[in-house]
Amino acid sequence: MFKTVENISAYYANPQRFMRLAQALQAPIWGLAVLVLGIGLYMVAHVPDDYQQGSTVRIMFVHVPAAWMALFAYSFIFFASVTALIFRHPLGHVAGRSAAPIGAVFTLIALITGSLWGQPMWGTWWVWDARLTSVLVLFFVYLGYIALWQAIEDHGQAARAAAILAIVGSINVPIVKFSVDWWNTLHQPASVSRFARPALHPDFLYPLLVMGVGFMLLFFALTLTRMQMEILRQRARVRQNGGAG
Amino acid sequence: MMSIFIALCRQHVLLAWRSGHTTLIVSFLFIAVLLMPFGLGPELALLRKLAPGLLWVVLLMSLLLSLDRMFQADFEDGTMDQLVLLPISLEMVVLAKSLGHFIALFIPLLVAVPVAGLLLNIEAAALPALLASMLAGAPALTLLGAIGAALALSVRRSSMLTVLLVMPFYVPVLIFGASSTSRAISSGGQVDGASLAILALISLATLFMAPLAAAAALRVAIR
Repeated sequence: MFKTVENISAYYANPQRFMRLAQALQAPIWGLAVLVLGIGLYMVAHVPDDYQQGSTVRIMFVHVPAAWMALFAYSFIFFASVTALIFRHPLGHVAGRSAAPIGAVFTLIALITGSLWGQPMWGTWWVWDARLTSVLVLFFVYLGYIALWQAIEDHGQAARAAAILAIVGSINVPIVKFSVDWWNTLHQPASVSRFARPALHPDFLYPLLVMGVGFMLLFFALTLTRMQMEILRQRARVRQNGGAG
Repeated sequence: MMSIFIALCRQHVLLAWRSGHTTLIVSFLFIAVLLMPFGLGPELALLRKLAPGLLWVVLLMSLLLSLDRMFQADFEDGTMDQLVLLPISLEMVVLAKSLGHFIALFIPLLVAVPVAGLLLNIEAAALPALLASMLAGAPALTLLGAIGAALALSVRRSSMLTVLLVMPFYVPVLIFGASSTSRAISSGGQVDGASLAILALISLATLFMAPLAAAAALRVAIR
């Protein structure tokens, strides 16, 4: 099993082969993403109103999947960085760089929709709730990663520095989560008590899961497209420098 | 081995001291504290309540601003290329520089904090806890800063970038530091062992891991 994984990953270390695969996968993934998101949105439109929250509960179907993707994209960048730094796989840096802005935007969407949802529910746009705070910190982690890529001129240096940052950051993110939980429970024990949360009714659960799959597909579609762009950009740079790279 | 370590550390301290960087950073701390009453109003009761938190935040700001001194000068004048050739590992170089940074900048800041606290009308009972938590967090703050400074090394005018990179890493230290202080105040000056222990744990973990990361980042910048 491991042997085959190794062989496959070595095979696609050649960007030319990866480009062929990406071009073949491109259309199906985008098509599937649009389809699943369409179905998801249709289901969301037909969800019954929540008896407490009214129709604002529909914000959840964007908010929660976006928050999932915020974390998923960071784990993706972490694994890409490990592959790049330890196994020296050339696609790792490309994947990390391509996924970062997408993850940052998902994080921003989670923050903004959370704020829009919080206004009618809690009566305020922002509370220093443990989850909100740690997602906000995660957003700045993304910004730092992207800024480091942009700031270092030499491409190879930028790639390795960003990979180190992503790996160190992946240790930090759970610690931030833990400490922020601790901080919040210390300072304001349940003053923002979210109405006791019942297990999600299937009417809500299935649309949420479909939206989650849709967001995941959208993430992979976007990342795949951006990875191709990144490889083409590198190629253009090499050509511009007369092959010196 | 040890003598090289000490020489590096001593050089860092002397350079920071003689170039006036220490004075600048301590002045920054006071200036920032001076601005607080203008922004918040001069009521002593309010300042007293906010003082420990404000001092923590101002300390972090001062430290963040000092980070570009960690490796930048050595990198620009080529000293860094020589440091790689030393018989001690680059990880040890990072530790020596961080220790130098701690002695030259962190300790003066710690000395300044009680005086600044006086200006903010801080409770006397809060001071020992505040200083203890700052000291317990010091290795983590310095070494995490070293990672950021090393990552941003090949960028010109990197101080803003370093701040952005390091800030998320400071969040846990600030949380436990500030809470240990506020607990000490609410319990009438009793130092809160639990959060100090967590701070020390974070510090020990960074002491072990941060030199690896910072040295890796230095190698990327030097090539």
